Amino acid sequence: MTARIERPLSPHLQTYRWTLTMALSIIHRATGVALYFGTLVLAWWLIAAATGPAAYANVQAFTSNFIGRLIVFGYTWALLHHMLSGIRHFVWDLGYGFKANEREALTWGAAIGGIALTVLLWIVAYAIGGGR
Amino acid sequence: MSAPGSPGKSMRTPLARVRNLGASHSGTSDFWRQRVTAVAMVLLMVPAIVVVMMLLGRNQAGAAQILGSAPIAIVMLLFIIASAWHMKIGMQVVIEDYIHGEKLKLASIMANNFFCIAVALASIYAILKLSSGV
Repeated sequence: MTARIERPLSPHLQTYRWTLTMALSIIHRATGVALYFGTLVLAWWLIAAATGPAAYANVQAFTSNFIGRLIVFGYTWALLHHMLSGIRHFVWDLGYGFKANEREALTWGAAIGGIALTVLLWIVAYAIGGGR
Repeated sequence: MSAPGSPGKSMRTPLARVRNLGASHSGTSDFWRQRVTAVAMVLLMVPAIVVVMMLLGRNQAGAAQILGSAPIAIVMLLFIIASAWHMKIGMQVVIEDYIHGEKLKLASIMANNFFCIAVALASIYAILKLSSGV
């Protein structure tokens, strides 16, 4: 191994004034990591459906208690927020939306859209599933 | 391999060493696949939400019947493959950003691969089992 060259490091988060795009960038990554571990619940649910009524009842018991429902609600928000925030990244990848007002609008759109879509979906879910 | 910058052995700068395929030695393939899988999931999001809505309030027999039907099984399989691939790349970026020790980093990247493949295969197995009705 060669000796590390001691170069100056860029300052970390606490040095910068907080901006909207910076906060959303962190949330994008955090929701990504949350979704990563959330796939365990998805896999558990699918395996339970393939296993039998008793296993499936366990999943339903989990998703109908408070903590479980909160996790599924959080998963819904993380998924939708990550998707909208990701679409925002596509706009940037294509070379648009870099002006200050444009990037702020895109970022607010992703933040508000994620919450709004989550609430909307859960209202529809309760209407269809009757709270089950 | 001679050490970068060691006198008399190589005139190549550290920058030149990481050009072309770059420091990851894999070029931009991960960048591209991250976007391919992202677009796939955006397209699959509406069908996936519809599937989940169809399953609300049903018991195991009902859920198994719906998940085992061909179009729904295919939507679920596509979504599982795209998400497992996407999250493997995403988590690798996070690991590379925050874990600086080379050994721990490599072990974490390996564990990430195992996790993503295990979750994907377990889910795929479940869908195929439901589809074949055994």
